[in-house]
Amino acid sequence: MRAGKFYNVSSYGAAVGAGESEQEVMTVYEVRFHGRGGQGAVTAANILAVAAFKEGKEVQAFPMFGVERRGAPVMAFTRIDDKPIDLKTLIYSPDFVVVLDPTLMDVIDVTEGLKEGGPVLINTTKSPEEFDLGSCKVYTVDATKIAVENGLGTPTNPIVNTAIIGSFAKVSGIVNLDSVLAAVRELSPVKKEENVKAAEEAYKAVKGM
Amino acid sequence: MEMKEIIRGNMATALAAKMARVDVVPAFPITPSTLFPEKISEYIANGELDAEMILVESEHSAISAAIGASAAGARVATATASQGLALMHEVLFIASAMRLPIVMAIGNRALSGPINIWADHSDTMAERDTGWMQFYAENNQEAFDLMLMAFRIAEDRRVLLPAMVGLDAFTLTHTMEPVDYPSQEEVDDFLPPYQPPYTLDVNRPMTFGSFATPESYMEFKWSHTRALEESPPVIDEIFEEYKKRFGREYKRVTGYMTEDADVIIVAMGSVSGTLREAVRQMRKDGIRVGAVKITTFRPFPFKEIVELCGGAKIVAIAERAISPGFAGPLFGEIAGAFINQPSRPLISDFIIGLGGRDVTLKDFREIASTALKEAEEGRVEPLVKWININPEEAPPGGE
Repeated sequence: MRAGKFYNVSSYGAAVGAGESEQEVMTVYEVRFHGRGGQGAVTAANILAVAAFKEGKEVQAFPMFGVERRGAPVMAFTRIDDKPIDLKTLIYSPDFVVVLDPTLMDVIDVTEGLKEGGPVLINTTKSPEEFDLGSCKVYTVDATKIAVENGLGTPTNPIVNTAIIGSFAKVSGIVNLDSVLAAVRELSPVKKEENVKAAEEAYKAVKGM
Repeated sequence: MEMKEIIRGNMATALAAKMARVDVVPAFPITPSTLFPEKISEYIANGELDAEMILVESEHSAISAAIGASAAGARVATATASQGLALMHEVLFIASAMRLPIVMAIGNRALSGPINIWADHSDTMAERDTGWMQFYAENNQEAFDLMLMAFRIAEDRRVLLPAMVGLDAFTLTHTMEPVDYPSQEEVDDFLPPYQPPYTLDVNRPMTFGSFATPESYMEFKWSHTRALEESPPVIDEIFEEYKKRFGREYKRVTGYMTEDADVIIVAMGSVSGTLREAVRQMRKDGIRVGAVKITTFRPFPFKEIVELCGGAKIVAIAERAISPGFAGPLFGEIAGAFINQPSRPLISDFIIGLGGRDVTLKDFREIASTALKEAEEGRVEPLVKWININPEEAPPGGE
């Protein structure tokens, strides 16, 4: 499987994750973000953590350790729970997958380990029907267009993280839009209002609902 | 008044250093600790911290500058990891022998080779005998709290020793977690300015780090060793005060479901939380397993380990370091803790998560079931088991 090479050490863990789901006793909600270095996948994971934290949840956000290079496939993760999070393992069987870069769909299996029938939110110009991801439920949003229209990044290197988190709020229902907007405002180093607007627009523009 | 923020482990230790009002931070950046000096320089640039940052050309110089500053009476903090800590090696002994309460955050990382930047305890284990205190954080909250308490403990007149605060590479240094922290006034109240008993002073000349002949060297060493040996009550006292002030409890070593456990798994650092979750899951399956987390590795909690683990059939040590040709370093310490006990559990060693390999719930299940089988057979053979390793990728010696 081609995806394996991006998992590095976790190629062992991937098998582990499958076994663990059978004895799942936790209330934890786990999200995996796929992007390319420079698109802001790590910040997306952080924004989600801060948004959930604002709603009184316990949170944890981390990148796939040590592999961030501009343009290379990267992953970032967020854990959300009602109780303090003891787990410090990587995330092998996420509840939700977010794809920030449409070109990754041809390169890696973004559904690897995703819980049966779990949602996949993709930044793309395509509609959900154009993807065949088995039992997974596909949602799409043109976050690139929204980012460019709001002047986030450049047309060739748009920063899509703040937009796609808006869509995530709509699809997942795990966090509400207000918390996401507050988190976006807090974590955007520049163009705060443009980022907030992008998240709001992407909340409305998501397809597949 | 408590505040809460979602921050990385490196930000937690830098925040603690800022709130401790450090005077001098000599630093040389190294993955995964680089964010520490970055945050410190940001605090200084923003006017939030009145401190001298000394950008040096190597870690050897960083710790040397820390010694000079501390001897001059400054409160000093720095951060490093792995090769950086190894490069400090010879100077670490001097810092502790001069009884300078320097506090250093360590992003616990594997040592080369092969070169690797991920979580592993080999770096601090290799500095075990340098005469520094060593604390290990399980999460970012502990990284903040231990860093702050380390100043108080290190500067206590009954201790006067430097301290390392270990936080696992990436798993803590780069992971965002909520961290509670007190107000500056509360920290100032808990940690008054450093009052050194002796300082470098041109008006009162004094020799620090002098030559010691065979007539005096052993007394220096004995005095230094006793300071570490006698530090546990001081550490406990300061942990207790911290709990009273800020509500968070610390112990040099903490047990979890150990009372009726047949097998007790001992671990340090960020895997301790995953271990507790594994214990909860195994308990549901009727496995009598407990966990022990070591927070203070130096001074080593001999007595407490025996009290917590003495009733088990077997103690399974899960450690993120290996002393090639022996076992994991923790094995030697724990076996030593039990050696003069009239009865003792079997002691079994497991090597986990070297170079950042993820340590999973399944790994702890495997450790528990292997150890329980050993207990049933009444023998531990082989002594050291490597967990989650692919034998096909590891040819026998010589190949």
